[in-house]
Amino acid sequence: MEYAPAPESRAVVSLRTSYELFIDGEFTPAKSGEELTTVNPADEEPLARVAVAGAADIDRAVAAARRAYEGAWGRMSGAERGKYLFRIARIIQERSRELAVLESLDNGKPIKETRDVDLPLVAAHFFYHAGWADKLSHAGLGPAPRPLGVAAQVIPWNFPLLMLAWKIAPALATGNTVVLKPAETTPLTALAFAGICQEADLPPGVVNIVTGAGDTGRALVAHPGTDKVAFTGSTEVGREIARAVAGTGKRLTLELGGKGANIVYDDAALDQAVEGIVSGIFFNQGHVCCAGSRLLVQESVADELLPRLRARIERLRLGDPLDKNTDIGAINSAAQLDRIRELARAGADEGAESWSPACRLPERGYWFPPTVLTGVTQAHRVAREEIFGPVLSVLTFRTPEEAVAKANNTPYGLSAGVWTEKGSRMLWTAERLRAGVVWSNTFNKFDPASPFGGYKESGYGREGGRHGLEAYLVHAA
Amino acid sequence: MTDTAPPPGTAAPSPPDAAASNAALRAFLHGLPGVDEVGVQARAADLATRSIKTTAKARAIDLAIRMVDLTTLEGADTPGKVRALCAKAVRPDPADRSVPSVAAVCVYPDLARTAADALAGSGVAVASVATAFPSGRAPLEAKLADTRRAVADGAAEIDMVIDRGAFLAGDYRAVHDQITAVKEACGPAHLKVILETGELATYDNVRRASWLAIHAGADFIKTSTGKVSPAATLPVTLIMLEAVRDHHAATGRRVGVKPAGGIRTTKDALRNLVLVNEVAGPGWLDPAHFRLGASSLLNDLLMQRTRLSTGSYPGPDYYTLD
Repeated sequence: MEYAPAPESRAVVSLRTSYELFIDGEFTPAKSGEELTTVNPADEEPLARVAVAGAADIDRAVAAARRAYEGAWGRMSGAERGKYLFRIARIIQERSRELAVLESLDNGKPIKETRDVDLPLVAAHFFYHAGWADKLSHAGLGPAPRPLGVAAQVIPWNFPLLMLAWKIAPALATGNTVVLKPAETTPLTALAFAGICQEADLPPGVVNIVTGAGDTGRALVAHPGTDKVAFTGSTEVGREIARAVAGTGKRLTLELGGKGANIVYDDAALDQAVEGIVSGIFFNQGHVCCAGSRLLVQESVADELLPRLRARIERLRLGDPLDKNTDIGAINSAAQLDRIRELARAGADEGAESWSPACRLPERGYWFPPTVLTGVTQAHRVAREEIFGPVLSVLTFRTPEEAVAKANNTPYGLSAGVWTEKGSRMLWTAERLRAGVVWSNTFNKFDPASPFGGYKESGYGREGGRHGLEAYLVHAA
Repeated sequence: MTDTAPPPGTAAPSPPDAAASNAALRAFLHGLPGVDEVGVQARAADLATRSIKTTAKARAIDLAIRMVDLTTLEGADTPGKVRALCAKAVRPDPADRSVPSVAAVCVYPDLARTAADALAGSGVAVASVATAFPSGRAPLEAKLADTRRAVADGAAEIDMVIDRGAFLAGDYRAVHDQITAVKEACGPAHLKVILETGELATYDNVRRASWLAIHAGADFIKTSTGKVSPAATLPVTLIMLEAVRDHHAATGRRVGVKPAGGIRTTKDALRNLVLVNEVAGPGWLDPAHFRLGASSLLNDLLMQRTRLSTGSYPGPDYYTLD
């Protein structure tokens, strides 16, 4: 049964040829005069030119955020702030189809994920934090916690609008103002969000969006006029930021890389475990910091589980991200594709066996087939380094102790999954895993009320839930 | 797309003596991997979002029509009603000869002869619900007599109900032996075993009952009588498709699946076909291995078919009631 193409319409999106920075409530040209081009990773077609913010632009943005913090926004009651957040949340819902298409175009991820996962979560994060805005004294952070001031926020390309929501919603709910830099390959939904801020009549300067690449991010993070830095991205860049912020007195939260273990015990519900393994590593092309990129399967069921897994992967549909039946979309950039290829090759060179389904890759665009590496050992690079792509490394274990030891034997500690029908084994395992999130008989589930963050080189601080508010508040003196 | 069920030998094999005792059957059935309720519901919901359009939809609608077991199972059924239904089964749309016939007409045993006469030479099979349908609460001798009579009267397919009471009491051997006996009484007729999943309460039980019926010789496993709610749900059909897929991988024998009850719209039918395609594989996309038990589905399929070819919906009065 072949499915006829079922493409979502691009007509709901009106792309401009070029975009300016969003500072002090207005779109404004970059003083730097520089631009970058953002492309559709599925076909390499240029989508739009986007301004690159230089040092002078960052100065302007931080100054605007400071004025807003010391002005209207800082004096506003929590209940009033909450109204703005509710309004933003509703506009996001109303424009969710347009935003979902725009996200798929700019990022390469399938429309069914932007439509069914990203956008509902984006709206949920604004709704959730809107509810907190007038209740901060009940968050367990002291009787009258205060905002920090101006937050510098730098977000990655894997969930552009969702990561924006994770950063901006709590910052605004707690009374801070923000300067946010989206990733250079995926700036378009952040700029659409700037338009939503205008539509919601958000006071000028409360949210500022500065686009650009690494230099722009470095200038923003190092700017002395900010009180807080929040970063989601690679561990390598996170280290650089930690060094830049050290000694400045700024607060810092980092959400970094991961090499999540997905542990399948021999008594697991195997067909559902297969689904969890698939969503754990192939959701968003594996561009997920908490991806279950290391499958740890109990030796006694490996021979039963792996053929089921391969049969399931054969059914994944790779191709046009705007087709509603696409399961796997494009890799976000040529650079990321190169990195995935290099690491997958390293796996094969080190003796792992590589398997991919017989799927045809589109001729244009950045594509990598879903890949399973078996015969991987802890000593292999593919068991240790984050690949950030649709590549699953399979290891086996014999006892629960061995599973936990292997799961924890990583410099990272962001996520883990445990699959067993036995409750006591589940709890025994979960309490020993050194990971910020442990999913039980599921994987990659997110909720704004649930705090998210890492151990070890996966960063520090939490986003979401009551814990996430703490990152943007100081206790009353 | 290729048939990519797991290779033989990887799925749960059936020990040759699994049915040797109730204890052996229990050990086998309870040794099957469990079903995670949240996970199976999520998977079914995800597959239900598949978007079947244009040419794919046209092909799927015709396939669904060919898979329909057009059913009337009412106490008030008359020979006249059954004859009308048979005429419709052979030529669902009198105005459009390109519409294929359905797979079978499903009636109570006392009307099997009427249906067989009306369908003679048409290629449409007679299916009959025997074994004290729908409760199944009758002595085995009565069930076997019911079955033999229906086959003698021209039923090529027997839809039997399992003894849910025995199943829930853990008396798997009794259920197994009844199915085996009915299969034998069927002679050349195909046996569809109705699990009545709405009464089995858990997905684990659905999986166990599926394997039990398959081992006892079922040619098809069927969700429901249509008399109990919930009837055919997507997660239940999904579990049954996994069972036949795994059994096929282990033995090479392809058992069919028939969701029945509550399938009323083209959208319902297409979602079922997507499940078949992605869970069991395209090898089951054939009336020989997948059926839809329905009474009101056919008209909606016909209306959607007309809309696809003409661009507008005809009114319901353009289609026969039965």
